[in-house]
Amino acid sequence: MSYWAHFRVWRGDSEKGELVDYPAEVNEGEVVLDIIHRLQQTEAQDLAVRWNCKAGKCGSCSMEINGRPRLACMTRMNTFAEDEVVTVTPLRTFPVIRDLVTDVSFNYTKAREIPSFAPPEGVEPGEYRMQQVDVERSQEFRKCIECYLCQNTCHVVRDHEENKEAFAGPRYLMRIAELDMHPLDSADRQTAAQDEHGLGYCNITKCCTEVCPEHIKITDNALIPLKERVVDRKYDPVVWLGNKLFRRGEPANKNR
Amino acid sequence: MTSAQQQNHAVDDRDVEIHDYDVVVIGAGGAGLRAAIEARAQGKRTAIISKSLFGKAHTVMAEGGCAAAMGNVNPNDNWRVHFGDTMRGGKFLNNWRMAELHAKEAPDRVWEMETYGALFDRTKDGKISQRNFGGHTYPRLAHVGDRTGLEPIRTLQQKIVSLQQEDFKATGDYESNIRVFHETTITDLFKADGAIAGCFGYFRSTGRFVRFNAPAIVLATGGVGKSYSVTSNSWEYTGDGHALALRAGATLINMEFLQFHPTGMVWPPSVKGILVTESVRGDGGVLRNSEGKRFMFDYIADVFKDLYATSEEEADRWYTDPDNNRRPPELLPRDEVARAINSEVKAGRGTPHGGVFLDVSTRLKPEEILKRLPSMHHQFKELADVDITKEPMEVGPTCHYVMGGVEVDPDTGMSRVPGLFAAGECSGGMHGSNRLGGNSLSDLLVFGRRCGLGASEYVDGLAGRRPAVIESDAEAAVDRALLPFSSATEGGENPFVVHLELQKTMHELVGIIRKADEMEMALKKLEDIATRTRTVAVEGDRKFNPNWHLALDLRNMLLVSMCVAKAALERQESRGGHTRDDFPVMDADWRHVLLVLEALGEDNVELTRKEQIPMRPDLLDIFEMDELKKYFTGEELGGHRADQGERA
Amino acid sequence: MSSTTDASTGRAQISERTLRTDRWWLPPLLNVAGLGLWVIYATVRAFMHAYYFTNEQNYSYLTPFYSPCFSVGCYPEASHFGQFLPDWWWLPYAAISLPFLLLFRLTCYYYRKAYYRAFYLSPPACAVAEPHKKYTGETRFPLLAQNLHRYFFYIAALISLVNTYDAVVAFINKDGSFGFGLGNIILVANVVLLWLYTASCHSCRSIIGGRLNHFSKHPLRYKLWGQVSILNGKHMQLAWTTLASLAITDFYIMAVSAGWWGDPRIVG
Repeated sequence: MSYWAHFRVWRGDSEKGELVDYPAEVNEGEVVLDIIHRLQQTEAQDLAVRWNCKAGKCGSCSMEINGRPRLACMTRMNTFAEDEVVTVTPLRTFPVIRDLVTDVSFNYTKAREIPSFAPPEGVEPGEYRMQQVDVERSQEFRKCIECYLCQNTCHVVRDHEENKEAFAGPRYLMRIAELDMHPLDSADRQTAAQDEHGLGYCNITKCCTEVCPEHIKITDNALIPLKERVVDRKYDPVVWLGNKLFRRGEPANKNR
Repeated sequence: MTSAQQQNHAVDDRDVEIHDYDVVVIGAGGAGLRAAIEARAQGKRTAIISKSLFGKAHTVMAEGGCAAAMGNVNPNDNWRVHFGDTMRGGKFLNNWRMAELHAKEAPDRVWEMETYGALFDRTKDGKISQRNFGGHTYPRLAHVGDRTGLEPIRTLQQKIVSLQQEDFKATGDYESNIRVFHETTITDLFKADGAIAGCFGYFRSTGRFVRFNAPAIVLATGGVGKSYSVTSNSWEYTGDGHALALRAGATLINMEFLQFHPTGMVWPPSVKGILVTESVRGDGGVLRNSEGKRFMFDYIADVFKDLYATSEEEADRWYTDPDNNRRPPELLPRDEVARAINSEVKAGRGTPHGGVFLDVSTRLKPEEILKRLPSMHHQFKELADVDITKEPMEVGPTCHYVMGGVEVDPDTGMSRVPGLFAAGECSGGMHGSNRLGGNSLSDLLVFGRRCGLGASEYVDGLAGRRPAVIESDAEAAVDRALLPFSSATEGGENPFVVHLELQKTMHELVGIIRKADEMEMALKKLEDIATRTRTVAVEGDRKFNPNWHLALDLRNMLLVSMCVAKAALERQESRGGHTRDDFPVMDADWRHVLLVLEALGEDNVELTRKEQIPMRPDLLDIFEMDELKKYFTGEELGGHRADQGERA
Repeated sequence: MSSTTDASTGRAQISERTLRTDRWWLPPLLNVAGLGLWVIYATVRAFMHAYYFTNEQNYSYLTPFYSPCFSVGCYPEASHFGQFLPDWWWLPYAAISLPFLLLFRLTCYYYRKAYYRAFYLSPPACAVAEPHKKYTGETRFPLLAQNLHRYFFYIAALISLVNTYDAVVAFINKDGSFGFGLGNIILVANVVLLWLYTASCHSCRSIIGGRLNHFSKHPLRYKLWGQVSILNGKHMQLAWTTLASLAITDFYIMAVSAGWWGDPRIVG
């Protein structure tokens, strides 16, 4: 039940590159990553590709398949017609290193800009008490395998290189949401989400949610709730007035 | 990434980027990251070297949880019970001191993770929830659904980021004290005057060489599964730490013990070997052969006859009434089930793709399956296009974990080479002949920290007198790394072909069931593969060239495979992760013997036998005499309380 | 030029705006068509100043497009809350409520997605390069004002109360007797859908419980949050369903009051 598929794989580096056609044998049950590996073993031994677990758990083999950001290990070949050309390119938002491998350091830079978990004062290790219902929202976000497909597909940086400076991207805005909803985190994050990490750039067009291989509802459960929390702090006149009059300078009421 | 790193490098460019650190940690999984955090906490400038991107380590594949006797669910649990379970699981071949430290310190390591921001599932009173798992007396595994492995990795990764943020505040440079070199592979360790002086490797993205001058190196490179055709391990698991340690003069122990998980996916090819969690069977999944027979009833060994059901009716009653019925034989220990599946397939009663059927679809209602096994449903749906609520899964044994590794001092994690430390899967001793599920994640945290501490103390002890890398060694390392390119002109083989041959040899001849003649044949084949490995050739340049990377990894896999084969041939008994067809029973005379391997030249190893250190009497006392007698020879048990008239 | 096709940033040189092979242009096109048609219909109706109330018949159906009817031009029976607006041709009779309903939907997190994609092409579809040179999103005026969504939610909830009142009084015939016809069913269905849409709002979800960090300390709000979250998952469907139900309700009342057809009566 094997057949020959028509693959077009982008080969090149930051200097130059092109789509190269390869005929590739496809067997039943295979995924795109299998075909890439077969090309490595046969016609393109030095074809660069990044991969690890091949089970959708590590988020390494992110690439664009027929123009859609996907994990190659989770894209089954039977989702394509046998006569369909399968075009595989590197992620288009990050600088390319070689072939299908991109330099994703943008994401590590952004990760470092998000203030880390701030442990509650005076609570010793072993004394943390949290209810399951209180940790569940943050747990959803911690399912993230950091494949960066959301970072790659988000038009804010994909189409506008100049926004990379100001915009943390869905993955790291979700990280802020995760920490802001953490029942024991003691830092104030809401104002900074808007002022320093570019939450306002998000126009909730949901492409991050569409591409998430972990099916995390990034927009509905992280970004919009975070926007609403920012409204609580920055754009709610009642709260603003209250802060001016009564609680001036007091840190955010994280204990609600 | 610096601009220098991004430049393309000519194939024969011998330029080496040099860095100086106090401690270099090779490996960025749970053990490596925890070691680095500790070294940094001790004020050491620390480098973390990650073969993949930072945060992609194989630790994410852990499903069950992290074992620690916190007693949150059952207050009777304590370190002694955990210690006992660990020793029993390892058939008492474990390094008892490591098992003791592990059991004592695991709770603190888990609690510490919470202060780093980890979010484990909770009990009703808000503590960390703990789940039951094979071999653990009490519910003991801290977990996050069935994706526990991701949590420690992400948590440790984020802790390192938080340390970098602290350094940034203090120095204006995120990387002033701790830096991650990702997609970097180490190919050589350097010594001077017998002690560690540094290491050498290359950046995957550019192919540029890099050298680290450092007096202390922590190996945390994980396992060796890529030497086998069917494995749950990723491409990184090529035994790098094992091989680096050997070449640097350290010793490996317990290499004959490999854990084969009975249920890995066998279809489709892309996911062959990926784990199917034990809970599938715990929740009612049954194993059937191609004739539709529940074959496990035919494989209940005599020692288990009293504990396991002998009829399907009784087995089915157990799920609802475990107190009055015996367990279904599908829940026999991992090695028993793996062997049974192996035999069925060999007898021609396997599935079309060479496994057996694991079926929950006829056993549980679809809603029930979705509720209890969400991630398995997802895994099969997305990867195999199989709906486990409607059809059976096809499963077979998969190479999962190596119990063997670098022989280290239990307290500091240092090998016999001064300055060389090892933690996690690439160290040996802790798990004896068989690892309990859940003990891996806790092992990483406990001994990762101890290695970070040990390395720091070692560096302090040097008082500034650091061994310097010998330049000729450094040149030789460059030569070795470039060899596959020069072989290309001489018509060497494609490393991929040689790798396949190696995997096939190990899979077929040193697999789950071992025979002397097969292993002798394997050793012969490995010698032949060694010759071919020396001359593998690669195409293309050095920039992210998978062919070249494999050529270099291949040397490590070969060396490690030799260790496995030699040790497995030597040990004439069956114990834990080592099953001999020709010596099917466990033998107490072999329990106290460790098989120690050291390098013999570039690509050969030498095996010697070594006596285990007798267990401390107070630890012996944790067990009843009757139990110990099954494992120990009579003269070893003199120190037990029963012989001494019950010490108070 | 979009950065997607700009290799000067070190990205892979690929000149196509997208390599997607599916019909990615269809959803935005359908959105343009759907939203466009609705806006045209609603605009025409808002300024028609006729056929909004069954003034000829004994029963009293008022279309939501004219509620509350505050203009002095309204039929007195249709003005449940008084009359104070002048009767100018360019001023809708429901000039107090309509702008807020419009703003509620304009700032709605679902509609934002729909029109940013369909009308602004920002982006037209996922992984399809957008045509704009610059993009600042909702960081500055006027789009910064999207953050006012929750205030429009409050007002929309008030207006839903008015619509509910309208649907209830529609059961009372002009002669004071109880009446029940197809129009009542439509009005009630519309009001139920409007409530569902309003309650499924993301701002509502946040206010009800999403802003809390300790659900365990607020069991009732947690329960409500859970229910709103379920509705919230259907926000898109409800957004479109209510557009349809509003138009159908309005059209039905227009048809009945214009005498195109009679209202099938069950009682009275």
